[in-house]
Amino acid sequence: MTPLLSAPGKMAAVQDGPMELDTEKETKPEILSDGTSKLSGNAASGTLSSSPLTAGGAPKQEDQQTLIAVLQFLRRNKLSESVEILRREAGLEDQEDSQTLDGSGGGKGDRDGGEANSLLSRVSITSAAAPQSTLTPITVKRANEQLDVSVVLSAYSQQGDPSLYQVYYSGLKNFIESVLDCHRAELSQLFYPLFVHMYLELVYNNHENEAKAFFEKFGGDQECYYQDDLRVLCGLTKKEHLKGNEVLLDFRTSRFVLRISRDSYQLLKRHLQERHNNQIWNIIQEHLYIDIFDGMPRSKSQIDSMSGSFAGEARREVNKVKVFHGLLKEPEIEVPLDDEEDEAENEEGKPKKKKTKKDSMGSKSKKQDPNAPQQNRIPLPELKDSDKLDKIMYMKESTKRIRLGPENLPSICFYSFLNAYQGLTAVDFTDDSSLLAGGFADSTVRIWSVTPKKLRKVKSAGELNLIDKESDDVLERIMDEKTASESKILCGHSGPVYSVSFSPDRNYLLSSSEDGTVRLWSLQTFTCLVGYKGHNYPVWDTHFSPFGYYFVSGGHDRVARLWATDHYQPLRIFAGHLADVTCTRFHPNSNYVATGSTDRTIRLWDVLNGNCVRIFTGHKGPVHSLAFSPNGKFLASGSTDGRVLLWDIGHGLMIGELKGHTDTIYALKFSRDGEILASGSMDNTVRLWDSTKAFDDVETDDFTAATGHIHLPDNSQELLLGTYHSKSTPVTHLHFTRRNLLLAAGGYSSQ
Amino acid sequence: MAEERRQKLCSVILPTESMKAMAESVGVGSLQEDSCLALSEEVSYRIKEIAQDALKFMHHGKRRKLTTGDIDHALKLKNVEPLYGFQSQEFIPFRFASGGGRELHFYEEKEVDLSDIINTPLPRVPLDVSLKVPKEQQKTDSTEPLKAVKPGQEEEGSIQTKGQGASSAEVKGKEKMRMKPRSTHELSVEQQLYYKEITEACVGSCEAKRAVCVCVCSQGPKLKEFCLALFIRCNIMNSKYTTKHLLFPLHELIPAVVTCIVSKQLCLRPDVDNHWALRDFAARLMAQSCKTFSTTTNNIQSRITKTFTKALLDDKTQWTTRYGCIAGLAELGHDVIKTLIIPRLSVEGARIKAVMDGPVVSNIDKIGADHVQSLLLKHCASVVAKTRPLPDMVDQYKVDYGYLGTMLCSHVVKARAQAAFQAQTVNRTTLTITQPRPTLSVSQSGLSTSSGSRAPSIIKVPSSLTLMSTRPGTPTQPSPPATKYIVMATSAGAASTQQVITLSSSQSGSPVTSTVPSTPTSLQPLVKLESGNTGAVSGSRPLQKYIVVSLPSSSSSLENKSSSVLPSSTSPISMESAVKLERSESPAANTQSH
Repeated sequence: MTPLLSAPGKMAAVQDGPMELDTEKETKPEILSDGTSKLSGNAASGTLSSSPLTAGGAPKQEDQQTLIAVLQFLRRNKLSESVEILRREAGLEDQEDSQTLDGSGGGKGDRDGGEANSLLSRVSITSAAAPQSTLTPITVKRANEQLDVSVVLSAYSQQGDPSLYQVYYSGLKNFIESVLDCHRAELSQLFYPLFVHMYLELVYNNHENEAKAFFEKFGGDQECYYQDDLRVLCGLTKKEHLKGNEVLLDFRTSRFVLRISRDSYQLLKRHLQERHNNQIWNIIQEHLYIDIFDGMPRSKSQIDSMSGSFAGEARREVNKVKVFHGLLKEPEIEVPLDDEEDEAENEEGKPKKKKTKKDSMGSKSKKQDPNAPQQNRIPLPELKDSDKLDKIMYMKESTKRIRLGPENLPSICFYSFLNAYQGLTAVDFTDDSSLLAGGFADSTVRIWSVTPKKLRKVKSAGELNLIDKESDDVLERIMDEKTASESKILCGHSGPVYSVSFSPDRNYLLSSSEDGTVRLWSLQTFTCLVGYKGHNYPVWDTHFSPFGYYFVSGGHDRVARLWATDHYQPLRIFAGHLADVTCTRFHPNSNYVATGSTDRTIRLWDVLNGNCVRIFTGHKGPVHSLAFSPNGKFLASGSTDGRVLLWDIGHGLMIGELKGHTDTIYALKFSRDGEILASGSMDNTVRLWDSTKAFDDVETDDFTAATGHIHLPDNSQELLLGTYHSKSTPVTHLHFTRRNLLLAAGGYSSQ
Repeated sequence: MAEERRQKLCSVILPTESMKAMAESVGVGSLQEDSCLALSEEVSYRIKEIAQDALKFMHHGKRRKLTTGDIDHALKLKNVEPLYGFQSQEFIPFRFASGGGRELHFYEEKEVDLSDIINTPLPRVPLDVSLKVPKEQQKTDSTEPLKAVKPGQEEEGSIQTKGQGASSAEVKGKEKMRMKPRSTHELSVEQQLYYKEITEACVGSCEAKRAVCVCVCSQGPKLKEFCLALFIRCNIMNSKYTTKHLLFPLHELIPAVVTCIVSKQLCLRPDVDNHWALRDFAARLMAQSCKTFSTTTNNIQSRITKTFTKALLDDKTQWTTRYGCIAGLAELGHDVIKTLIIPRLSVEGARIKAVMDGPVVSNIDKIGADHVQSLLLKHCASVVAKTRPLPDMVDQYKVDYGYLGTMLCSHVVKARAQAAFQAQTVNRTTLTITQPRPTLSVSQSGLSTSSGSRAPSIIKVPSSLTLMSTRPGTPTQPSPPATKYIVMATSAGAASTQQVITLSSSQSGSPVTSTVPSTPTSLQPLVKLESGNTGAVSGSRPLQKYIVVSLPSSSSSLENKSSSVLPSSTSPISMESAVKLERSESPAANTQSH
């Protein structure tokens, strides 16, 4: 088996490549210096993606640049003596001279002359990178994030009269409120990004009081789903705070994406030009990306359903890449006729012919799904004998599966963790529902057997030597009967365990923790096998591939990483999220990975080349749970705002919104046939949704598919099939057994 | 409103006085006002930043409460050394002091004498994390309909698990069950008045008042739980309201009742308090609700019987629970006694003997054994009296029933005598035999086979036993003349034989049974008439006919196997046999995954 290996450099190229040409058109001198920043977000990926960009000899320039900024500041404040002294000491005469030539054109002009060299080198790099990028248009340029903080901030240094900011903003506000209804909703999207950028400019230019006044005046107008960001923003009142604030940096480095119809855009443009409102026009030009489309302007609800993410909506072209969402062909396994099965039926002498027919249902899936990826698109581990046995078991079980539907809801069995003292952080079940693992805040992982079968360790090496290896029951003999117990504790982490994931073959368990590691545990010996170090910050989630071998992890360092169990370094680094990666899931065909993030987006990544192939926006809070439908076509996601969103992966569209929960949704699971979606939340409820109906109701005409302007019916109540309360147990995990019995788990909290 | 809040957020800055106070505490005496201001702004900002990061940890820790640990982790993210010494999961008691125009919140650190700590006994080890699965749910096959749990009902559910689990928990003998402290709910004055009113109405003699009260209670959902407790206490189950108003919360009632029957410990002083009476009463109540509410869908009786039997069969069950189980089973009727308790007599006898004659281990055990013994004798005697042929030889009894044989013999003799004299005495289980309703026909059993996989619970399997329970078994009773028993076996071969074995085992000790097992081994429809010789004392008993019909195996569905018997008469107080039902449910148990 050949593992997916790629040099980090290649990855970086992919990530850095898509720098759109329009950035060059801008006059903004975004000097790309080496990411010496201590920012957490950059720490991990910075070393990778900045490698092609270091050519410009950036560190020195960075210093110079800071100096220039200081000088500028001094001059502005009429401190000419200090200017002189500083210039002399820094030996900056030459640059300064050229700068003075450019004169008063504001911050950007200043630097154009001074750093012509570095700019040149940057442009050449960018243009070199641009051709490669044609394949993968990634919206948010990771490269941008490598900008040095001070550079990023100095972009705000343009001067306007601080007292006029309020006038500008309210002028625009009045204009937008006075336009035709159909345009108003679209143009209202401008409010939030403009507000933030103007506020930051004020703060950057040390107009603290104006900034506060500005915030107080207009902060309340913003959409309620931006509350969290605004809260961060309102804490920022000093220029020094801007440095090192990740939220700000995100906002600054990623251009906020708005989707506006051509008509509305023209309207806006005309207005701004008439009023000579350059301040706002500059911000729009520099910090916003307006994705213009032809056709009817969207309605308020259409806009609301898609907005809410940290950096606006996804650009349309991002979601145009073909995604192979079909399932892989099941390997053909001959199912031996099984005698001991169904003794009960045999008692009656009942003919069991029809059983055998069902067993060979592998034939059903022989036809290749046109949407399925190549069988060997990514190398997958070969099936072992034990895997085949398990597959057979699975098939047998699935013949007994209860067919669920709105009339036939699953029974729910709730596993409550007692005496966990609020320390239960993660739960996972094995696919066959025989084992249950819990991760705890006290850094332990515990495993329970939920069947009468006890957990046993393999004997020690010395004892194993004594075993007759030829005997038939050798697998039984290697187990140490003395160690049999209902549960085992795995100690090794040095911080709260935030997620656990069983391998499909039940031999391994993964756990990720606050200590920045992902650990692989053996369920034969109940010891730790590997500690995967790579994330420097807490690892929020990890998940095994449905075929084993690969796994994905995501954490506070804003990247998701793909690993193979036998490599201590990641095979892929999926970088692009603007905030913590909170949850990760493998697509059922293992070719894609979905990640949810605190930046309120969900991204789908191609495991083969590390590209981001889908960006879904619409959540209004950090995404905390993801679930693929069993057929691989759909994705469900739940967030802190208590809503579940449904996505069509193939078309890259949101197709449903399920409202009902009142708190963070931590668990989502489709039933085995995909008819029911179960969601579990902090609000102590499990809710069941009719996913078949939700998927069927979607109007997928060509127009919506092309524009992505989906009109969501508000039918949550019709789709909600049941709500089941626990008394005081938040639902941490949900799992459908192979027969469609729903298992839920959570830690009982006493108050 | 949101705006206001945000404004407030924006302006929240630590007072400069705090800066001063902090500076003083670290030895910096005179701090400029300006530096204080600058410091406080900076510190406020950093604190907000840390708090925001800490929130992340809270979310990922799946908690609603921010802990000191979260803040430590957030500090760690920023490469700042965490604050040590604030590990408390609970509330941190900050104290407040003011003086000299200053207000101060501080964390009191007491000086502790080390020897005190060393000398205090170790606190109890905190309980380890454990996994709880409701037993009921664990056994749930996915075929069963979903139980919608409404808020607040989980508590009831947990009682159920406690109740049923009590037996199984003791079975394991691992867990130390402690009396659950009584939870206190505060009642407002109005509620207390209301409670008083209702109590009076329920307990009082005014029937009209009671009717009104039941009506009111059944409508007010909030009052339901509370009223239920009241009703149980007032024994209102007996009254006519039960069916009308109280059917809906049956699933809430039963766990409570079962708890009263089998709980290991019901009161604080089990050796002194008479909890046995409560068990008896609850058992009677249980039997009654079985009779009243058991339907083919909820199958209460079979489930209850199963629970009891399971606990009874276990060696490690405590005496109290054992007593409860036996009482509960005994109240379910003679047939249950006959099939489930009498065969166990010798085993139980041996156990009692071990306690009685053995070294005195604990008084509680002894009391328990004593009670179990008298209970067994009380219930078995009457049954044995009816089923056993006459010469009551002590030796024979001893052989048959072991340790209890001797006493049983004397009880039986007494019972027979009593029966002969008080011919009209009705059994204490207050069975009221109503007119037989000859409505069920054979074809109905055919219908039932067509239904889905849930069928095992649908079939009214135990009809044969129904008959036996309602049968004019008491020789003294004016019985419906010439009851016909139609025993149907629908499948051939192994299954039908087995079924017959079940039948026979369920009737062990009775002369009737000896004729039954030989019946349906052939495939053709076969009708057999047997004259039942009851062997009762009095010859007044009319002849009974058993018609055993055996049909060829026409259909193959599971339930056929168990839909064996159909009665010509079904009384509403049908008694289902546990044995029978267990058989009928066992296939379901086999197919389920848990």
